[in-house]
Amino acid sequence: MEAFKTLDAKVVAIETTDIDTDQIIPAIFLKTTSKIGLGKNLFSHWRYNENGSPNEDFIINKPESQGAQILLAGDNFGCGSSREHAPWALMDYGFKAIVSTSFADIFRNNSLKNGLLPVIVDEETHSQLMSLAMEDPNLSLSIDLESQKLNLPDGRAVEFPIDEFSKTCMLEGLDQLGYLQKQLDTIIAFEAEYGDRVNTKTPA
Amino acid sequence: MSKPRTLFEKIWDKHVVMQEGNNPAILYIDLHLVHEVTSPQAFQGLRDKGLKIRRPDKTIATMDHSIPTTPIGAPITDKIAAAQIRQMEKNCQEFGVRLFDMDSENRGIVHVIGPEHGLTQPGMTIVCGDSHTSTHGAFGALAFGIGTSEVEHVMATQTLLQRKPKTMEIRVNGKLKPGVTSKDIILAVIAKNGVAGGTGYVFEYTGEAIRSLSMEERMTICNMSIEGGARAGLIAPDETTFDYIKGKPHAPKGEDWDNAVEYWRSLTTDEGAEYDALVELDANELTPMITYGTHPGMGMPIAATVPTPDEVPVGERFTLEKALTYMDVEGGQPLLGKEIDVVFLGSCTNSRITDLRAAAKLIEGHKVADNVRFMVVPGSQKVKKQAEKEGLDKIFMDAGADWRTAGCSMCIAMNGDQLAPGEYAISTSNRNFEGRQGKGGRTFLASPLTAVASAINGKVSDVRSMLSE
Repeated sequence: MEAFKTLDAKVVAIETTDIDTDQIIPAIFLKTTSKIGLGKNLFSHWRYNENGSPNEDFIINKPESQGAQILLAGDNFGCGSSREHAPWALMDYGFKAIVSTSFADIFRNNSLKNGLLPVIVDEETHSQLMSLAMEDPNLSLSIDLESQKLNLPDGRAVEFPIDEFSKTCMLEGLDQLGYLQKQLDTIIAFEAEYGDRVNTKTPA
Repeated sequence: MSKPRTLFEKIWDKHVVMQEGNNPAILYIDLHLVHEVTSPQAFQGLRDKGLKIRRPDKTIATMDHSIPTTPIGAPITDKIAAAQIRQMEKNCQEFGVRLFDMDSENRGIVHVIGPEHGLTQPGMTIVCGDSHTSTHGAFGALAFGIGTSEVEHVMATQTLLQRKPKTMEIRVNGKLKPGVTSKDIILAVIAKNGVAGGTGYVFEYTGEAIRSLSMEERMTICNMSIEGGARAGLIAPDETTFDYIKGKPHAPKGEDWDNAVEYWRSLTTDEGAEYDALVELDANELTPMITYGTHPGMGMPIAATVPTPDEVPVGERFTLEKALTYMDVEGGQPLLGKEIDVVFLGSCTNSRITDLRAAAKLIEGHKVADNVRFMVVPGSQKVKKQAEKEGLDKIFMDAGADWRTAGCSMCIAMNGDQLAPGEYAISTSNRNFEGRQGKGGRTFLASPLTAVASAINGKVSDVRSMLSE
């Protein structure tokens, strides 16, 4: 995955809370066997009209939203299904960071494994950001992962939480599988002690 | 004496391979369930890295999400879905994974077949690239959904990097009244605790009402833990659990069985162990539940009125207004009596044999209303076969319902089983998200009993009025 160090980018805001992964990428687009090309179907149900034309009322389709790389969204973003197609679609579209007051567990895990940064802010900062984004369609924010700071237009820097392990992986663009593979000897030793449970190949 | 531990902690402790400093723990996985939708990119990842599946003997695959529910042998008309299914066959062959393929009599929804084959057992860690993996927690197994990167991690190492979650006790006291089911319990839990209330937690369901449930009713509850934000939900195993597992193909036999049961009996939360949070509910007070909005937390007692935006906290107002507009329902009004177009009985939440039996018993001698399309989709081919042996298929068809082959079907609407824009469905599945059952479709989640009562009346109905007739 690509490393994430800093980001200075335009913001697009969707006020809705509890945006589920079925909205991010509807299941009908999950018949693919690839990770790429999902961006065109991001928020498909909201983004396109019945006849397939762009829904001009949807914020993502507005001319001033083009080029946005930070998505500011309502609380509990990414709830619902475990589909990793959600971060794949967001990233394929061009988003690099999502700012919300909270994220669903599986979505957050999936994002961190793909270099998409979930930025958690407190409610006050969030509503301030929402107001700013509504007032200024060209609102930009900068994010510094190393110092875990989200820099607001008023000069205030808000610290956001991220665990050290995920942070290092994001900063260096590391695939977490590499870490597990390094511990294979320990895993094998554990298995030897642990004994087998079910064998899927043969009935007991 | 050692410190009292919760059921979750016992399973967690037993599966931690190692933990370095502040890094996440490496958790050992006993069973990896695989399906066609969230695995192709993981198989490709292995291929790209020149890796194998480390423990194919702890891995099992099925096809459920994108497959049609038309009769076996009928051609798959959706070319993209057909290609995904072919890829699954190739992947499983190349990597040596046992697959319940399209023609297999064992095929079914991944969370139905695990328990059905006795692969799901107490104390195990079970994962799948599917959020409803929480279902298996009904057996006292730590089971949760993972993303495709993690699917690849498990394939390559049989382990996962995990942070230890917190625990929340969901205590359901009392007894359920007639017409009220385990589906109503979980809808009530989520309505009370919210869709994000369980984020960062594992639920453990306890209390008299939970103890008296059958295994399949318990699965319905654990299945929807994720809709309450919790990745996993647990119920401590007991005699009900052991009776259900005994004799299943992969269940331990002979002396192994006795040893297994002895271990399983230790899988309870110790007296004095502490949970991080508690939610309490009284089953005596529950009525059938129904959702009115666009997430499973927007649920209410069936006879209640839909809330108005000014009744909810300010932060939720915008989302509720949006949901009511999408659903075209009015705040302050009841849902009872609202005309519906479709009834869907199926999904990993409510498609097992006891669900079908309860639904068939209620519909027998009645007809599905003229304005309703009623689709019954068994959770697995084994469930289908059993239902047909008992004549349930005939009861459903005589009533005017459509009897299908097994799969996820209209719960996720990937396979052509879907709502038309604007249609209303009562669905026994788990998600009422916008467009979940087809773009523009509107879903009311409810129990199989509420679904059948509504199918007969052609409108949202309270099953309790049928029971007192």
